[in-house]
Amino acid sequence: MIEIRDIDKWYGTTQVLRACSTSVAKGEVVVVCGPSGSGKSTLIKCVNGLEPFQNGEITVDGVPVGDRGTNLSKLRARIGMVFQNFELYPHMTVTANICLAQEKVLGRSKAEAEAKAAGLLSRVGLSEHARKHPGQLSGGQQQRVAIARALAMDPIAMLFDEPTSALDPEMINEVLEVMVELAQEGMTMMVVTHEMGFARKVADRVVFMDKGEIVEDAEKDAFFGTPRSDRAQQFLSKILHHI
Amino acid sequence: MAFDFGVIFDSLPFLAEGLALSFLLTLLAAAGGIVLAVILALMRLSGYTALALISAAYVNFFRSMPLILVIFWFFFLVPLLIGRPVGGFYSALIAFTLFEAAYYSEIIRAGIQSVSRGQVAAGYATGLTYGQTMRFIVLPQAFRNMTPVLLTQGIVLFQDTSLVFVVALRDFMTATTIVARNEGRLIEMYLFAAAVYFVICFSGSLYVRRLQGKFAR
Ligand SMILES: Nc1ncnc2c1ncn2[C@@H]1O[C@H](COP(=O)(O)OP(=O)(O)OP(=O)(O)O)[C@@H](O)[C@H]1O
Ligand SMILES: [Mg+2]
Repeated sequence: MIEIRDIDKWYGTTQVLRACSTSVAKGEVVVVCGPSGSGKSTLIKCVNGLEPFQNGEITVDGVPVGDRGTNLSKLRARIGMVFQNFELYPHMTVTANICLAQEKVLGRSKAEAEAKAAGLLSRVGLSEHARKHPGQLSGGQQQRVAIARALAMDPIAMLFDEPTSALDPEMINEVLEVMVELAQEGMTMMVVTHEMGFARKVADRVVFMDKGEIVEDAEKDAFFGTPRSDRAQQFLSKILHHI
Repeated sequence: MAFDFGVIFDSLPFLAEGLALSFLLTLLAAAGGIVLAVILALMRLSGYTALALISAAYVNFFRSMPLILVIFWFFFLVPLLIGRPVGGFYSALIAFTLFEAAYYSEIIRAGIQSVSRGQVAAGYATGLTYGQTMRFIVLPQAFRNMTPVLLTQGIVLFQDTSLVFVVALRDFMTATTIVARNEGRLIEMYLFAAAVYFVICFSGSLYVRRLQGKFAR
């Protein structure tokens, strides 16, 4: 579904991605982890073309992301993305947040879009908040709305960039539960996270990045059993001790 | 010396006409100025050097010109070019609009930049185009943030409309002057004019302050 081949990316003269290659098959869940500044966000933003890259190729469902001829808006409409800081639109109600792209991009009618929004809100347990503004919700609730907003587009894959790291600890689980459910339903997911519990539960593979490189790309059991690189071992022992 | 404020009541309809013209000019120039200013701000932020330069040149040019000179161009010079008079009202309206756009565009640019890049990314990520992201996500938030500043600039514009006497338009200030001279009641009329400007502009600023308080929350 997602093929990433030999991606190099520079910000000005600093190289932030070096020959990164990995893939996410249909229905697969791949967790990306690594120290701060290792390029995780940058890599995941390259997948839906939010960040341009200089070398290499990324295809999503066969569509080359880096090609000039590719209609990026059209492609992005089929890939859901969830951000660390939720990025709900503060001037719109929860329902309007979920309906905007459905109406403007997919051309659904207001009634269709609202019905879809209502269904998804009940699924993430937020039906009674439909008419509120994001500012009136807790972080965990906002992030669940953001997931609903992405799902409303009936995406073929979902990208998550540290979806729980801006949350108070007691709200992390309510978001992870929604993500676990999605994974178990067979959604194709690429998830940047340090929640190793989540990785253990639903990941198929774990990708470990350091200094712009993909250092390890292994089946979950192999990764948690015996990570091959020292850097991954150090990283794992650090974050596992933290938890 | 006896004051006679009765003269104000006798000439109220005449004065009201002047006030209406001041308001009309303010509203039309503010509306036109904001539309033009949004275009200028988007050009400035577009990332295309040529567009950004044109926009910057426009802004710097109009900010360096006295407003009255711009009005005179349209009143005296443009008719020479197009072969027919522009007329006082349109000269003033066009000049005010072009002039205000230069000031508004800087305000709007700051407003657009006050909306986080994450919001833009969120819009793009759901498949919205640049135009849709601006229209539905960025500009509404930007305008919300900058409404107080835009209104403050609008108050300045309202005061500036008193300049239009130079092209023989009868705004509120001009109407006041005419009555004052004809009736020989300079003191009464100019006190009255000050009171009217004060009430309008001060209540405008109070409203702006209330909005700022509301938005700060
Ligand atoms: N817009 C930018 N301009 C210049 N450098 C950037 C920019 N964005 C990120 N970087 C740099 O690129 C590198 C990778 O950043 P990135 O945000 O992808 O890391 P990350 O792995 O997501 O880190 P974190 O865990 O802190 O989110 C960092 O060194 C960062 O300083
Ligand atoms: Mg990051």
